[in-house]
Amino acid sequence: MLTYQVDGWTALGDPTRRAIFERIVAQPRAVGELANELPVSRPAVSQHLKVLKEAGLVFDRPDGTRRIYHVNADGLAPLRADLDRFWAQALANFKAIVEQLPQEDA
Amino acid sequence: MTHAATDTAIHTTITVNAPIERAFQVFTEDFDVIKPREHNMLGVDIAETVFEPHAGGHIYDRGVDGSECRWARVLAYEPPHRLLFSWDISPRWQVETDPEKTSEVEIRFTAEGDGRTRVDLEHRHLDRHGEGWESERDGVAHDQGWPLYLQRFADAIAS
Repeated sequence: MLTYQVDGWTALGDPTRRAIFERIVAQPRAVGELANELPVSRPAVSQHLKVLKEAGLVFDRPDGTRRIYHVNADGLAPLRADLDRFWAQALANFKAIVEQLPQEDA
Repeated sequence: MTHAATDTAIHTTITVNAPIERAFQVFTEDFDVIKPREHNMLGVDIAETVFEPHAGGHIYDRGVDGSECRWARVLAYEPPHRLLFSWDISPRWQVETDPEKTSEVEIRFTAEGDGRTRVDLEHRHLDRHGEGWESERDGVAHDQGWPLYLQRFADAIAS
């Protein structure tokens, strides 16, 4: 079993990494393509991709001399991140409601 | 609030300033306002979400047109300590009719003293949703093949 070193939401906390991830969600891309599309140097893009990869959000495949980055749709990392967000929001709503209502039986 | 994630489960913990009986009661009776509304499998807006307070019951969304979507089976209802329900929602955010492919959510309430309650939530067996995923993905056109949550995920982080 794989254990990811970085969780999905931490990995996506950085705006540049979010922008990179969104582009990969739309279509698999090579490092050079991402560097051309974004105001970020190629080494910086590589560094961000490394974090996304460690979080289990993307994987890469060789294509000739390039490496193409894909969203890891088979992995559970994005599903986990999505559900984690869902429940974090639900429990935050719960806390707001339970602490706001009058204490009927107090 | 803390979060932790293993491969196939999510854990979230929160402590609230309310006694345990009340925490349990509000969680189930007011689940309608606790559940994030953007998660909707009906074709119309949700009028309300109902948490049936007994084992064998369901959690369901009722649409403004009266249609219903049952997306969880209540497996354990043990006030004021524990709730367990199935998560019958596929990664494509559709109702999963095969119980073998559903995960489950357990919520434990623990009195912490001073009228506070700790709530531990575990959403586990996420890998059960994964079976058959790949073949399903291969059967559809590339740009339509991604699980729906990926799009919502991208939308959410963009907002």
